[in-house]
Amino acid sequence: MNTEPPVSLSKEEILRYSRHLIMPEVGMEGQLKLKNASILLVGTGGLGAPLGMYLAAAGIGRIGLVDFDVVDASNLHRQVIHGTKDIGRKKLDSAADTIADINPNVKIDKYDVLLTSENAMEICANYDLIIDGTDNFPTRYLVNDVCVLLKKPNVYGSIFRFEGQATVFATEDGPCYRCLYPEPPPPGLVPSCAEGGVLGILPGVVGLIQATEAIKLILGVGEPLIGRLVLYDALAMRFRELKLRRNPECPVCGDNPTVTQLIDYEQFCGLPQHEGPAAAEVNEGDVDPLDVKAMLDRGDDFILVDVREPHEYLICSIPTATLIPLGEIAKRVNELDSSKLVVAHCKMGGRSAKAVAQLKELGFKRVRNMTGGILAWSDKVDPTVPKY
Amino acid sequence: MAKVLIPTPLRQFADKKDSVELDGATVAEVMTALTAQFPTLRKQLFTDEGKLRSFVNVYLNDEDIRYLQKDATAVKAGDTLSIVPSIAGGAQ
Repeated sequence: MNTEPPVSLSKEEILRYSRHLIMPEVGMEGQLKLKNASILLVGTGGLGAPLGMYLAAAGIGRIGLVDFDVVDASNLHRQVIHGTKDIGRKKLDSAADTIADINPNVKIDKYDVLLTSENAMEICANYDLIIDGTDNFPTRYLVNDVCVLLKKPNVYGSIFRFEGQATVFATEDGPCYRCLYPEPPPPGLVPSCAEGGVLGILPGVVGLIQATEAIKLILGVGEPLIGRLVLYDALAMRFRELKLRRNPECPVCGDNPTVTQLIDYEQFCGLPQHEGPAAAEVNEGDVDPLDVKAMLDRGDDFILVDVREPHEYLICSIPTATLIPLGEIAKRVNELDSSKLVVAHCKMGGRSAKAVAQLKELGFKRVRNMTGGILAWSDKVDPTVPKY
Repeated sequence: MAKVLIPTPLRQFADKKDSVELDGATVAEVMTALTAQFPTLRKQLFTDEGKLRSFVNVYLNDEDIRYLQKDATAVKAGDTLSIVPSIAGGAQ
């Protein structure tokens, strides 16, 4: 997978890797392949945490880390490469320290950036294989296209709540991510982990499936997960396998590709551009939490509706709010007086925006969305309300 | 009867069920029966023109129906249809 001259192992490394060295499937030859190998981890979060730790322990010679985020307390239930002492630090620094502690023989490259169309080719070109541990569709399509264009395997994993997917994309004969999903879902249709939650141990399982495939590809042993999509359901404790095929009409890896260089992936995924008037536009139906507080204090005649789920209501709530989960609005609309002003809120403002649209369709004339949800309420109005 | 497996992100539109048994001789018939039972699933799975959305794949047993006869693929009793939407989570 690379052209560097073979290196040898030090006495310390021979002892460290002894359980590998006595296995014929790895042996000295395999361990040197691992030492000569370079892997880029895109993201050092849920999937990147176990990946970074185990790949370092296994003796990968050089690991690149791409992340621009900082460690938050809400990361710690799954991102085991970071600890409580690291809250507020850059994930890159925290991950690099953990890796260096596990195996000081690993060379670590840190990229304190968001992977973009401008920098991705240059960064990825330095590695034998790329592991996608990101959390958003634009970066997933970007990583895919880069891997196809550079002819580098893309070890893919993705998680949601208690379900995971894993496969290997972009090998010579195998399918790519676009063969599986030609287009991303429109924004808002599929909730993110921040909205939908994730079982803390799930990325451990999925990340280690990815680590296993990376090690196998480097060693050239076993049956790689190419052309197969593994689906893992943690609640049922069931693994299933679906067949994936390369699509001859795929725009990037097909027989007549139309995508031959990187594109604007935010636009491809239907996200608003970072600049321009659209992003700054304030919806006239929006109302700030401070204004809602003032309305409550004045005793204004309006209904505050919490459209989150009952289990979220139990974590924290705003007094006087009526709980009607988003999915039940159509059924329970008769509980609301349509002649009154209705203010909807959720956790961050996304679901309540949908609730506002639904209520308008149902004939409500005066409906407003509390911006930023109960998290903004905690920031601006009542800091005793816990954030989650 | 074929078994339809409903993935986690879509269970909220299907009375929180993880699978349902439905009748139908083709994939299209089974999917119609599914969205008749759970009308709010229709918008998640199909475009306004009634086409399966491009970020949702349907598998008959372990084969992608795009590489079989798509909607017209025959379904036998005991077959499993899996709905597999794209999910992006990983780092957050």
